Amino acid sequence: MNDILDTLRHYFSFPFVRYALVVGILIALCSSLLGVTLVLKRFSFIGDGLSHVAFGAIAVAAVFGLTNETVIVMPVTIIAAVLLLKRGQDTRIKGDASLAMLSVGALAIGYLLMNLFSKSSNVSGDVCSTLFGSTSILTLSMAEVWLSVIMSGVVVVVFLLFYHKIFAVTFDETFARATGTRTDIYNLIVAVITAVIIVLAMNLVGSLLISALIIFPALSAMRLFKNFRAVILCSVIISVIAAGSGIIISILASTPVGSTIVAIDIVVFILFYWLGKLMGGMGK
Amino acid sequence: MSQLICKNVALGYEGRIVAEQLNFEVNSGDYLCIVGENGTGKSTLMKALLHLKAPSSGEILMGDGLKAAEIGYLPQQTVVQKDFPASVWEIVLSGCLNRCGLRPFYSREEKQLARNNLKRLGIADLAKRCYRELSGGQQQRVLLARALCATKKMLLLDEPVTGLDPKAALDLYELIEQLNREDGITVIMVSHDIGAAVKYASHILHINRTPVFIGRKEDYVLSGIGFSTGGRKEVAAHE
Repeated sequence: MNDILDTLRHYFSFPFVRYALVVGILIALCSSLLGVTLVLKRFSFIGDGLSHVAFGAIAVAAVFGLTNETVIVMPVTIIAAVLLLKRGQDTRIKGDASLAMLSVGALAIGYLLMNLFSKSSNVSGDVCSTLFGSTSILTLSMAEVWLSVIMSGVVVVVFLLFYHKIFAVTFDETFARATGTRTDIYNLIVAVITAVIIVLAMNLVGSLLISALIIFPALSAMRLFKNFRAVILCSVIISVIAAGSGIIISILASTPVGSTIVAIDIVVFILFYWLGKLMGGMGK
Repeated sequence: MSQLICKNVALGYEGRIVAEQLNFEVNSGDYLCIVGENGTGKSTLMKALLHLKAPSSGEILMGDGLKAAEIGYLPQQTVVQKDFPASVWEIVLSGCLNRCGLRPFYSREEKQLARNNLKRLGIADLAKRCYRELSGGQQQRVLLARALCATKKMLLLDEPVTGLDPKAALDLYELIEQLNREDGITVIMVSHDIGAAVKYASHILHINRTPVFIGRKEDYVLSGIGFSTGGRKEVAAHE
């Protein structure tokens, strides 16, 4: 036990490890906030599609040799989110197909570009890191740390300010619209926040695993809790604990950060699933 | 004075007209039932009255100080809601959202309004319960309480008793009648239950692409229009 503590103390004497923990926990917090809404609105697939778009955008940034990828990835992903939402509302089936096209297309073109133009000697390493996160959370620059912290703060504040509106639009969009709520604006806000979260979360778990970070805590919390606020609070707590312990375990056991966090999320889900079965749900 | 006026309204999707020549007025305190077979434009008319869908031609006017956002709406339940983790309190309170504007939280008055509406519909003891675990009749009362938070003047109900057992359906009809008679709330209800329409409504609009009948309930019963489709049997059952 003391050995483990000593090892941890040794690792946490490096600033980049401390940054990784802080940023990782902030990202986990943000991604779980909207998870409930995305799952209930049947929007989880949009998260998946967007993460592939973000991968493509990173490839483009790499081609242009940009040091700070977020400058290009963030706007591209936000625009894609807005477009997808618009299409999805127009016609359900076409929206689905265009999303599939966009997401695999972005993936393929992104990989192609990285292979053709990358100046790095380890292309497959770069690709793996972008898709699965691996160690990117430990190699953040100071600028990226600050960007993550600020964007997380913005996401949390926007979510708190629009909490009741997001609830109303999630539970019954038609009623909200009929009684004079501008549902299109709140859907837009949800889409933009989702895009921001996905770009942030790429550093933590990589683009292929982002959906897991968004969906699992929400689904786990919904097994046990029965009001909207409790479900959101619970999924935030699950997500933060899973991310924190995932980062520490991955340091100790030298496992990839992203998949370790997702593995913990899965274990928690199975646990909550059974707890939910056993208790038949709690009152509050 | 009329709260709602439809002037030569036609409704349709992508050029295909599903209902037309709709001319009618709804006055304060009326109880209007919109009846007709499935696919005759009832639900489309409902969406138009709620300003969720623009009419293909003609216009829908609001009068008597009623604003479009002040119509309380009881929608048919969606699949999402059957599985939704929300407490009764959270749902009823969300009916106050159109009073908030840009304010991010509910005020004390809005919470009081939600509390009063829970009491009014006899579901105050359910406030902390989970919506998806309630019976069908209780769920409809919750959604009705939410609608009452959004309006003081007019309720639009879309097939409110669908899926309810006869006892729960009767309770809900009586509750709606009480809101109409005692609180003077204008009620517009879409229904295929002609028997109940004749029993509770003050006015009937029977549409089959064009209005077959519009006017007072008593005249509708005399006209015999609703009874060619087995309506007479249902009327008997309600008496």
